Amino acid sequence: MSRAETGAPAAPVAAVRPSRPLWTLALFRSELTTTFRRWRTLALLGVLAAVPVLIGIAVKIETSDGGTVGQGGGGGEGEAPAFFSQITNNGIFLVFAALAATLPVFLPMAIGVIAGDSIAGEASSGTLRYLLVAPAGRIRLLLAKFTAVMAFCLVATLAVAVSGLATGALLFPLGDVTLISGTTVSFGDGLVRALGVAAVVALSLVGIATLGVFISTLTNSGIAAMATTVGLVITAQILDTIPQLHGIHPYLFPHYWLSFADLLRAPVYWDDLVKNLELQGLYAAVFGSAAWARFTAKDITA
Amino acid sequence: MEETGAAVETRGLTKRYRGGQLAVAGLDLTVPRGSVFGFLGPNGSGKTTTIRMLMGLIEPTSGAARLLGEPMPRAARSVLPRVGALIEGPALYSHLTGRDNLLRYDAADPTADPRTRPARVASALDRVGLGAAAGKKARAYSLGMKQRLGLAAALLQPRELLVLDEPTNGLDPQGMREIRALVRELAGEGTTVFLSSHLLDEIEQVCTHAAVMAQGKLITQGTVAELAASSRGRLSVTTPDPVDAVRVLKEHGVTDLVTLDERVVGELPQTPLELADLNAALVREGVRVRAFGTERASLEDAFVALTGEGFDVAG
Ligand SMILES: Nc1ncnc2c1ncn2[C@@H]1O[C@H](COP(=O)(O)OP(=O)(O)OP(=O)(O)O)[C@@H](O)[C@H]1O
Ligand SMILES: [Mg+2]
Repeated sequence: MSRAETGAPAAPVAAVRPSRPLWTLALFRSELTTTFRRWRTLALLGVLAAVPVLIGIAVKIETSDGGTVGQGGGGGEGEAPAFFSQITNNGIFLVFAALAATLPVFLPMAIGVIAGDSIAGEASSGTLRYLLVAPAGRIRLLLAKFTAVMAFCLVATLAVAVSGLATGALLFPLGDVTLISGTTVSFGDGLVRALGVAAVVALSLVGIATLGVFISTLTNSGIAAMATTVGLVITAQILDTIPQLHGIHPYLFPHYWLSFADLLRAPVYWDDLVKNLELQGLYAAVFGSAAWARFTAKDITA
Repeated sequence: MEETGAAVETRGLTKRYRGGQLAVAGLDLTVPRGSVFGFLGPNGSGKTTTIRMLMGLIEPTSGAARLLGEPMPRAARSVLPRVGALIEGPALYSHLTGRDNLLRYDAADPTADPRTRPARVASALDRVGLGAAAGKKARAYSLGMKQRLGLAAALLQPRELLVLDEPTNGLDPQGMREIRALVRELAGEGTTVFLSSHLLDEIEQVCTHAAVMAQGKLITQGTVAELAASSRGRLSVTTPDPVDAVRVLKEHGVTDLVTLDERVVGELPQTPLELADLNAALVREGVRVRAFGTERASLEDAFVALTGEGFDVAG
């Protein structure tokens, strides 16, 4: 026993520090910077931003001999309007075409990766236990994760939209916008509508994002959570195309996704837009509560 | 449970994992404030499980735990900022630098002042000797460097209690010495240190108190001096006549006699024995004694006596 007996009185070395409301926001900022500084996040955003560029170049090549683009729907849904054929007249349509093309698969897959990894990734690397003993607080950590995933939904959508606008402006003429309903509005009005479309697309992803965070609380494997979430996106899309299952279609999160095109009518056709937002809100409420219930009671052993 | 001055106190703390594994059974542990407390036990004896319950990471199946006098996990928000922890090795964001890792962990603490954050991170890095490697990505850290960074995370704030699960795992000899010095220094400042380790001479060197677990149960706890004393000393005789020596020693109540060439080793009997008489008896019987003496019992002897010699992990 080479150590001298602890005769020293156990003076409190650390005064009890109060937590400040503003200081608790540091976790949210840390979460955002950690998410957006990862190579994986940047790669996903890069791929998404490349889609409008590829579409623009393909359209340019196909129409360089003076012909027009074949009447192809964007996104594979029969009801999707043919934005593609309008791109040569007005570059802003590349924004709508690119969003219609990425919304069914690329965007939700990217969200699935980020949302699925949000909690499970921290669990598999063991960093979750250190965040919790910091102490981040389980509810606060979950909220920070939700915030970062929602921010990614918005940034991912904007990556597609902005890249689409830039490519469209570079390769095609810009000008007054002829809406689906046949009326023509000014380019400025068209831009506002494009912004609205991007906002609606971002909100359309709230359902899958919340579902992904919930799945992420179920497992300690980031890969498993990502794969499950992406698998659910594909499953829901397939179920949505089977006519015999029309009874469940209104409850599938992708069902009203292409309703964003209704913003391009005059007057705007609100029915499906509202239904879409209601459905996304329902998913957020149900799976948000489930994630909260699961995560606040979970044994963190990883 | 009565509130006491103890840094850590558990009453009947029990954890049965979902698979049915009873990892900790009815643990009554008391870690006095200001002590350096060694938490010992063979692999799988429930040390990490106990620490997880103390830190509020897992819910006890039954029983209660108090940390710094407050109930866990209920008071986690107010207690944990005063507790630094290293649990089952470090865990890092491999895509972030060492410094950014600490910045992130510090940001997770709602009581951490953002204005002093960079300075506190820098001094924690210096304290564990990582000042020069702070800008390196954590994925490029060696095992010992990761361990040091984990320790730095526990030292981001002045703490009242440090909970360290095998803190010297993977460290080089200098690193181990530094950690021992660090633990002594922190204890000198009044921080209670609760550390689990398999390195018994390390525990013996730094700890004032210790507890021993086996198969989820607490076998003993007390001061290190008491623990080592509870294991009897061993007698060692060097002689060219080992056969006769064994016979004579056996007659005088020495047990567990083992002969190694010219050396005979055995356990002294419980009843106090005048060693000079024993030596005289050997000589009287014609045993030529070259060396005679007792070996002080080490903590390792006490540990093995308490937890058994077996190497296999209990299932
Ligand atoms: N997540 C878990 N699920 C089920 N059983 C577990 C889990 N973690 C640990 N155990 C079991 O609980 C018992 C105690 O494990 P624990 O990790 O607490 O031991 P330990 O004393 O820390 O061991 P070591 O010295 O090897 O670190 C072991 O039998 C182990 O198999
Ligand atoms: Mg352990």
